Amino acid sequence: MREIKFWRAFQEAVSEEMRSDPAVLYFGEDAGGKVGGPFALAKGLQDEFGTGRVYDTPDSEAAFVGLAVGLAASGFRPIVDISFMDFTLVAMDQIVNMAAKLVYMSGGQVKRIPLVIHTMAGAGRRAGAQHSQSLEAWFAQVPGLKIAAPSNPYDLKGIMKSAIRDDNPVIVMKHKAMLGMKGDVPEGDYTVPLGKASVKREGADVTIVAVSQMVNVALQAAGLLAGEGIEAEVVDPVTISPLDTETIVDSVRKTGRLVTLHESYKPCGIGAEIGAVVFEECFDFLQAPLVRVASSFNPFPYSPGMEDFTVPDVSRVVEAVRKVLKN
Amino acid sequence: MYSMMHLIRRYESRTSELFKSGKFPGWIHVCIGQEASVTGACFALRDDDYISPTHRGHGQCLAKGMSPAKAMAELYGKRTGSNLGRGGSMHLCDMEKGILCGIAILGAGLPFAAGVAMAEKLKGTDRVAMAFFGEGASNEGIVHETMNLASLWSLPIVFFLESNQYAELSHKSFHHKLDTLARRAEGYGMPGVTVDGNDVLEVYRVAGEAVKRAREGGGPTLIDSITCRLHGHYEGDPQVYRIPGDRDEWRKKDPIDRFGKRMLEEGILTDEESREIIAGIDRTIEDAVAYAEESPYPDPEEALELVYAGQGGRARSLEGGERRCGR
Repeated sequence: MREIKFWRAFQEAVSEEMRSDPAVLYFGEDAGGKVGGPFALAKGLQDEFGTGRVYDTPDSEAAFVGLAVGLAASGFRPIVDISFMDFTLVAMDQIVNMAAKLVYMSGGQVKRIPLVIHTMAGAGRRAGAQHSQSLEAWFAQVPGLKIAAPSNPYDLKGIMKSAIRDDNPVIVMKHKAMLGMKGDVPEGDYTVPLGKASVKREGADVTIVAVSQMVNVALQAAGLLAGEGIEAEVVDPVTISPLDTETIVDSVRKTGRLVTLHESYKPCGIGAEIGAVVFEECFDFLQAPLVRVASSFNPFPYSPGMEDFTVPDVSRVVEAVRKVLKN
Repeated sequence: MYSMMHLIRRYESRTSELFKSGKFPGWIHVCIGQEASVTGACFALRDDDYISPTHRGHGQCLAKGMSPAKAMAELYGKRTGSNLGRGGSMHLCDMEKGILCGIAILGAGLPFAAGVAMAEKLKGTDRVAMAFFGEGASNEGIVHETMNLASLWSLPIVFFLESNQYAELSHKSFHHKLDTLARRAEGYGMPGVTVDGNDVLEVYRVAGEAVKRAREGGGPTLIDSITCRLHGHYEGDPQVYRIPGDRDEWRKKDPIDRFGKRMLEEGILTDEESREIIAGIDRTIEDAVAYAEESPYPDPEEALELVYAGQGGRARSLEGGERRCGR
């Protein structure tokens, strides 16, 4: 299989879907013309599909998300680029009160909202407090929405395709640190299903459930731990909502120990949810209290030393695993 | 239009009485005093055009052709309601009549309507959307973002602003400095028109011009329709904020009396005909109330359905069950 970069996997998913389905449209700030958005993810898209399908929007996240909701209700499948996940908050009303609720509150008269919002999340780029957040837990509180956080180029391409074909609003968060990441990606069509977790590394001693880029941190940690004879199983939920609790619970039943790991915060974070599910479903299998690893509870600071202090790294994951194995 | 204004007045008066007697849950916002505004606006549209209603949407929906029985059953929370009982007064929806789901977040329905309008433009039809909002909503950021976007892309939409003198629980003078909000249109490069919202023929004429412009590809228009709501923001509102005597002043300009008087003077309508119209409407509304009273409530577990697209179940099979009280 060939190896391509994360951003390239994204472009392939979008352009392949746009070729096969004329209902797929693309919207984003600076998406058209020569630039292709702040991360050049849409570069060349307008050249291929024209200004009738690829739209360069004004800087009005709320308005163009709302517009896309209307298009989605009318038979189109819009993909919307919100360049930074922090900016989804500007469009929160349209995402939460409109996109997620129209099918329900209209009594099914609005039949579907096939809308994809893809957005760049994550810290580590010295981007400061308003360009570094991971907000998956916010969206996981909303019935009617789906949210996915693929952690490698293969999952990204497959999840984007599933999201575009899904009849519900789906938020796909991508981590900045992964833009240049290379991985095996098949040419042509395949999908990665929404709502299905994947075990990225098998192990019998401890389960690490990690989100987004933290999956890659967990895999590095697992590599180091293997040198000490500790076999960590790394579970990547891939989709945060709906969460595949079955795969997580199965893993914990096997290992008896759980570490959760994400870049967003601990209070009411996905780790808390996963911990609660494990307590409900397989408390008797637990051999130790769970350990949650997350960013420290402060806005993401600019200065490199402070940001690195804030965000979990390999050493903190290794430390957490040692802690959960002590009991 | 005369009959429709009477129908709306009767529906709203009855609604107000029923609410006070505890017949239905929630909050009710009636539009007594604004009948000419909504009727003139909706009669300028074709059956296959769209409206985006607001939280004060009963009149807008009836004027666009919603069955009073379906609308009344929805207020009762019955499964025969327009939204299967899951929307309520603020979210009335009838896609077959081009009535997009009522939106109760101020201004939030505007980009949705713009998206529906854009979808029609992309499909090559000449259908138009009309988005209702009030002067309170006019200060929401989303309204300005949407007007800019709709004008920029020449979308077939009419922004119909009902200036009913009060924004929630305060007079409009607490909300904006302009005497007429139509002036704001200039900032977005589109025409803005002020109209006497209690003169149904004038509203019809002005709305007709805006609809024609939108239909012919000329882009959006902002219409500021000056009227007054004679009831409170919600039923039961003590209205301590009202300007003393203003209701008496506005009652002198009552839209239904004005139009009726004019038709009588011009010999278009006789007293007897008017009485017959009113008697017929009373029967329609009483039939609607009886229908709503007799209809069953949804099973509580239906609450779990239609959270995601295609989760039909029992709720969906009940869609469109009522037909006998059509327009």
